[in-house]
Amino acid sequence: MQLRFKVIRITMGTIIIYGVIALTIAGIILSLVLYLVAQKFKVVEDPRIDQVAEALPGANCGGCGFAGCRALAEAIVKSGNLEGKYCPVGGSPVMTQVASIMGLQASASEPMIAVVRCNGGKCNTHKKVEYDGAKDCVVANQNFAGEGGCSFGCLGLGNCARACKFDALAINEETGLPEVDEDKCVSCGACVKACPRGVIEFRKKGLKSRRVFVSCINKEKGAAAKKNCDVACIGCGKCEKVCPFGAITIENNLSYIDFNKCKLCRKCVAECPTGAILAVNFPAPKPKVETPVENKSEVSPEAKQENTTETQENTNTQN
Amino acid sequence: MKTFNKGGVHPQENKLASNSKIEVFPLTKKAVVFVSQHLGAPATCLVKKGDKVKVGTKIAEASAFICANTHSPYSGTVTKVDMATDFNGFKKPAIYIDVQGDEWEEGIDTSTEIKREITLEAKDIVQRMKDCGVVGLGGAAFPTNVKYMIPEGKKAEFLIINGVECEPYLTSDNRIMVENTEEIFIGIEIMKKALGINTAMIGIENNKPEAISMMTQMSKKYKGTSVVPLKMKYPQGAEKQLINALTGREVPSGKLPIEVGCVVDNVGTALAIYYAVQKNRPLIDNVLTFTGKSIKTENQKNLLVRVGTPLQEIIDYCGGLPEDTGKLISGGPMMGKAIMDTSAPTVKTTSSILVMNNKESKRSEPSPCIRCGKCVEACPMGLEPVLLSILCSQDKWEEAEKECVMDCIECGCCLFTCPANRPLLDLIRVGKFRVGALRRARAQK
Amino acid sequence: MSVFNISGSPHVHSVMTTKKIMWGVVLAMIPALLVSIYFFGINALVLTLVSVASCLFFEWIIQKYLLKGDLSTLTDGSAVITGMLLAFNVPSSLPLWLIILGALVSIGVGKMTFGGLGKNPFNPALVGRVFLFLSFPTDMAMSAWPKPTPLFGGSSVVDALTGPTTLSIIKQGGDLPSVMDMFVGNVGGSFGEISAIAIIIGGIYMLCRKIISWHIPVSFLGSAFVFALILHLINPTEYVSPIYHLLAGGMMLGAVFMATDMVTSPITHKGQIIFGCGCGILTIVFRCFGPMPEGVSFAILIMNGVTPLINKFVKTDKFGYKK
Repeated sequence: MQLRFKVIRITMGTIIIYGVIALTIAGIILSLVLYLVAQKFKVVEDPRIDQVAEALPGANCGGCGFAGCRALAEAIVKSGNLEGKYCPVGGSPVMTQVASIMGLQASASEPMIAVVRCNGGKCNTHKKVEYDGAKDCVVANQNFAGEGGCSFGCLGLGNCARACKFDALAINEETGLPEVDEDKCVSCGACVKACPRGVIEFRKKGLKSRRVFVSCINKEKGAAAKKNCDVACIGCGKCEKVCPFGAITIENNLSYIDFNKCKLCRKCVAECPTGAILAVNFPAPKPKVETPVENKSEVSPEAKQENTTETQENTNTQN
Repeated sequence: MKTFNKGGVHPQENKLASNSKIEVFPLTKKAVVFVSQHLGAPATCLVKKGDKVKVGTKIAEASAFICANTHSPYSGTVTKVDMATDFNGFKKPAIYIDVQGDEWEEGIDTSTEIKREITLEAKDIVQRMKDCGVVGLGGAAFPTNVKYMIPEGKKAEFLIINGVECEPYLTSDNRIMVENTEEIFIGIEIMKKALGINTAMIGIENNKPEAISMMTQMSKKYKGTSVVPLKMKYPQGAEKQLINALTGREVPSGKLPIEVGCVVDNVGTALAIYYAVQKNRPLIDNVLTFTGKSIKTENQKNLLVRVGTPLQEIIDYCGGLPEDTGKLISGGPMMGKAIMDTSAPTVKTTSSILVMNNKESKRSEPSPCIRCGKCVEACPMGLEPVLLSILCSQDKWEEAEKECVMDCIECGCCLFTCPANRPLLDLIRVGKFRVGALRRARAQK
Repeated sequence: MSVFNISGSPHVHSVMTTKKIMWGVVLAMIPALLVSIYFFGINALVLTLVSVASCLFFEWIIQKYLLKGDLSTLTDGSAVITGMLLAFNVPSSLPLWLIILGALVSIGVGKMTFGGLGKNPFNPALVGRVFLFLSFPTDMAMSAWPKPTPLFGGSSVVDALTGPTTLSIIKQGGDLPSVMDMFVGNVGGSFGEISAIAIIIGGIYMLCRKIISWHIPVSFLGSAFVFALILHLINPTEYVSPIYHLLAGGMMLGAVFMATDMVTSPITHKGQIIFGCGCGILTIVFRCFGPMPEGVSFAILIMNGVTPLINKFVKTDKFGYKK
């Protein structure tokens, strides 16, 4: 009995010893191979690439136009300048950091934000047809003008929301329009590229996030635009006349506010007969702004402003 | 019996209006004529508000190589030149005409007498096609004269005439083959002369026995033109598939039919060419089918309609829409587009107004893909729609391009056959759109 | 008048839907079920019903409480197919609790783990079957199969009579049943796979309704036949005639119902032929050179695993790319 036990132990021991020896030899040989291969295929990389990549946010959103943060870092280090290479997510602080790594001067750039320039949606247009195809804006845009009939406005199928990697855009079920979460938007530009109709535009974020913009891109003549949408810009030109800073231009029956010239006086907002011009994140207006024209339209700018101030209050409480 | 070799499906035929004779649609009062009604560069408008026009007056001129003229289908006064809504709801430049009388431009032969003798030379024929604004009436509206300018180093061997009409419901081509048989054959003779060849083949699917017998009888009078009955299979009317069915050749990817020595034209185009060349009559009207399962038999009509007639008028003429109408389609049910706005006017290629009731018109909810491979089996281009749709839904455009997404002819076989009702073609269209943009961007670099 | 619908073309759809395909397969399995009831009595029916019911139950409970997905997949018939196929793959003497466990593994592990219908890489019924086979070899017995007892006549106590299957006879030696008996189903074995004729009838029905294409069954059976024939010609005493291989065990059931499972087989026809040949050759390899008498399940599962690779590398001939 004892003998048999011993035999087994001896056998086990030999197996273990042999095993250890074999594995050690294999390990040494393989590590040598690995070392040689690593030597052979070694790529000398500029250490600054790592540093720059480290400084970048690492979201790999592609907002800069490169394949990812590392690709941008490589491009910056390789070219040695910052021309056309800007990280919209990190903004100036990150770019200053990158510039200091590279020993360059960062160009100052103001924070931007995505703005949805359509206010039609489900509430302000009348549904003429029902869309029954794939829930994709590009598909829908190939098939028809839009459920409300406007061939310029938002289709509300959410390509922008799906494109957003920062969860900053979502379709509001009630209005059928995308809404931008101002805290989350990093102006990477994915939504602008995703929209087949160019509804979304980058605008200056503005002081205290206050912005005035024309929430319509319909280039039709007034009557045709108004037929489909209650809050369409009809290109009447009243805003252009009232603007003391010459920030507003009318082209193709459509008003556009240059955000670099706009001083946020909101005279145009009060003047707009259709309520196409929106002012967001302003405190509640004084009652005297009301004019008879605005009462006529179903959704007056007042209502809009109240809404937006509400949202602002919400975000404030969140903060 | 011949047919093309890859894929294809068998939708229900529903050729409900195939026996109703072509009726001439009465003139409308207020016409809207789109300036550009073809594939290619936009045409330039030649008239302005207040101008008097006659039937056949050139109102828009071709501005580029791939471009076509547009002629006034009515006589009257131009009330305005402005944007008008097409049936998809998009705005396009159009000419509004207040119709007064029916006065034709001089030099147009309006008699019904058949003129058999072809006096024009090949070069003049092509010029006449261009002057008269003839475009391919098979659906794409490609300017016809361009097809007859054979590029250097290529040689046309066959003229292929498409009388397939593989789309369910449509019967307009069938009717013109039955009623305008000889005109079509003279048109084909003209086309042969323009190409300098002697062989023409007319492909007709075997579900149109009347057209086949009429055409075969006529083909005895015209040497070199043969009628080939084809086995029914959709999409036989697609250019590449038809060439494959008739000659066995495959048009290489991204190339035109002339690459394999073929020129393909629709029977409707042959008729338009006859009118243009023999009668100097520009393309201002075409035959369209008003049909649908929910339409009464006496209202199933084939109408000869002038371009620019509002769709609503045609609908009213045919007894209006039934209560339960859920969808209107311009064109056939496989490739046609849903109509959004019935106030929109017809164009040169409007081949039908198809009425579908509520039940027919709804797409079923998509369910998970069970990888049955039916779409792969059905694809006439030998693509893998299931793979393409996955790539496109994941934004993998480069990979989709490698999988030949641009070869898709959008025939709709994949979506038709998918048991899970997945929107395959919709996604593939997105892919084509994106890959096209990618290619243009690349070309610019 | 109602609001018009807008969608991209095409605006018509074929009558074939996932539901119709699935229920068509179920219908095609009925002849095999009837034959098994005839030979194995009410036990076969009870096992099938329990298996189907538990498959449906597990799919429902997982879909509702774990995946929180929509419950419409319950009625599409895919779980019914899994349940029936699982039951067809076990001996009629199997205890009921085992088939319920098998259903849990089939649906829970084989299907829902991957996200439900259309996403599973392996045939769920086979996953359940192989699990039972490896975990409970005595119950999934290799030697103690119930002997078929025609419903009308003979002994009434079905389970009392046991005997070896054709395949274990091939493996271990003994008197082989006649080809006719195997064709009709008068042999021992898993109760759904005994009758070649019933399965062929189901297969023809599915072919006619275009639920399956001929590529997989034909290449499966064809390659198995050819390979077995080669072996038989080399050494007729060691390897039995290929006819026996085709008719014995799960070959027919596997080729017609399990390998043709759309979800787990290649998309292209070319790929399907490769898949079928792989299944056929592997089956014969397992049967002739492996330790176990049967190899169909393993062969199909292995080829299921290879399917994504086949889909990646075996492409269709695209129009206009002729050399």
